[in-house]
Amino acid sequence: MEMKFPMKKFIFYKRRTANFVMLSLSLLAALITIVPLVFIFYYTISKGISNLNIDFFTKLPTPVGETGGGMVNAIVGTIILIAIGGGIGIPVGIMSGTYLSEFGKNKFGILVRFFTDVLSGIPSIVVGVVAYTLVVIPMKHFSALAGGIALAILMIPTITRTTEEMIKLVPQSYREAGLALGIPKWKITVMIVLKTAWKGIATGILLGLSRAAGETAPLLFTSLGNRFWSTDIFQPIASLTVYIYQYSTAPFKDWNDQAWTAALALILLISVLSLVFRIITRSKYKA
Amino acid sequence: MERRLVLNKTAGDFAGSRSEYKLQNFFKKSKGKKRVTFLTKILGNKNIGDLIFERLTLLFAMLVFFLVVLMGWEMYSNSTLSIKTFGLKFLITSTWDPVAEVFGALPVIYGTFVSSLLALLIAFPLGIGVAVFLAELAPGWLEKPLSFLTELLAGIPSVIYGLWGIFVLVPWLRDSVEPFFQNKFPNSPLFQGAPYGFGMLAAAIILSIMVLPIISSISRDVLKSVPNTQREAAYALGATKWEVTKVVLSNAKSGLLGATMLGLGRAIGETMAVTMVIGNRPEISASLLNPSYTMASVLANEFTEATSDLYISALIELALILFIITIMVNILARLLVWSTERKWK
Repeated sequence: MEMKFPMKKFIFYKRRTANFVMLSLSLLAALITIVPLVFIFYYTISKGISNLNIDFFTKLPTPVGETGGGMVNAIVGTIILIAIGGGIGIPVGIMSGTYLSEFGKNKFGILVRFFTDVLSGIPSIVVGVVAYTLVVIPMKHFSALAGGIALAILMIPTITRTTEEMIKLVPQSYREAGLALGIPKWKITVMIVLKTAWKGIATGILLGLSRAAGETAPLLFTSLGNRFWSTDIFQPIASLTVYIYQYSTAPFKDWNDQAWTAALALILLISVLSLVFRIITRSKYKA
Repeated sequence: MERRLVLNKTAGDFAGSRSEYKLQNFFKKSKGKKRVTFLTKILGNKNIGDLIFERLTLLFAMLVFFLVVLMGWEMYSNSTLSIKTFGLKFLITSTWDPVAEVFGALPVIYGTFVSSLLALLIAFPLGIGVAVFLAELAPGWLEKPLSFLTELLAGIPSVIYGLWGIFVLVPWLRDSVEPFFQNKFPNSPLFQGAPYGFGMLAAAIILSIMVLPIISSISRDVLKSVPNTQREAAYALGATKWEVTKVVLSNAKSGLLGATMLGLGRAIGETMAVTMVIGNRPEISASLLNPSYTMASVLANEFTEATSDLYISALIELALILFIITIMVNILARLLVWSTERKWK
């Protein structure tokens, strides 16, 4: 039998080899993906940590040539920008997400869902251009408000879709229990459904906020940047990401070093943000 | 009668008073007659709170809808000057000269597409490989942390990628990779010119890292939506693991294509990281080592410097083109992903 079908054995080994090779390649791909992640974190921490001191969090940037100084204005600026963005984006996102899940089983709902997806695919720089034409041109100067509005537009699709998905996970029996008690539908939605889904929605909000904190492109010509202390939302405001961009492309060694520190500070800020947010949502809405 | 009982229950001391007598009379009069008021006309059987709530959420949903329309309209109306001045020439000529106020966007459109497609060339096989590993091979304890790590990669701000690109990737390309390729292929048109480090190759590599998590995570979801009966059928025929995976992949073909197109959409619109490493020169060149320019980078670099109306309107037209391209790519991608995931529901 063996002699009769020499091809059989060959095909068997060929299949086994192909199996081994392709599966190893797949494992290799997974490993390669991790490499840049390790590299980026390694460099950000090792290059950024040397300048990370109290001055960085308490002092203003120094003029060119002078070493030292910090970025307190940019850290506060980033927080203000996220706050404006969140202040507009979170209510819009939650409300439209609620509409989609509670009343959106019609043609308009499908349309809104589709447009939300479209909105999430629009490049952030284009959103910046629109914020420029909508806010900066009528106001005639750059402002933190324009930057915050751009960030809000970027947050809305994330929050809307998460809210919708999370509300859909709430069991129908919860609603029926509310209806059996004679509670109006809107109260059931707000006080039972949204509250049950809150943890998931909060994760979506967090995702939106931390993405907004890392955005640079929409801020370049809306909030612009500011080398001085400013918390006025109608004036240009500094932000960490714009500083990283400007300092890394500048031809000064100490600016480049500070760009790494700003990158590390940005990652820390996003981590702190998520930590604080988690603590707040946990203590307030624990059942 | 029933109503009276409820009334008496809810207000005990109310009973027997003169007001109660009046109310009883009121109910007697209205018995059997349906009262039609202005409110009942709008509400029907609905609670007024429900109606307000529904309309309020509808308002916000409409806001999302109008936002997209408004964005398109704003950019169109602000770029009419450029559209009228250059017409179709804007898309097919290649002189971008702000001083002479001549704007032809061909080199930047070319740069955008070539850098994105090169990025996909690297990210597509890797992304599918990772997705196969996550969906088909990895045991549960490995899948979760690995998925988390790829999502972490997606969460890194693009400006940090750019920073890393400038100070780590570009020097490495300039000193080792690009001279190596120039020595290996001295006559290839792909590796002509001085090895600056900054250029198309650096942009393509950075972009491929950035779109990899999108491609891999959506592909993983697509592969997972293929039902197990498909795999079991293949195993039953004596297939090896790789042959089973091939069956799954061919079932998920259009979804995988959609995932790749979503990656393409992201790559086309990516701004900061690309601006920081691509070299920013509006030239069409076959060489991977030469600097290039993308639509998003032009906006990032030149928008604040633009002084004349025509210059600004040309830049906004560029944003409008970017807007239309990314919307079309995204719509196509969503439809493809949707069609595969839907097939198995």
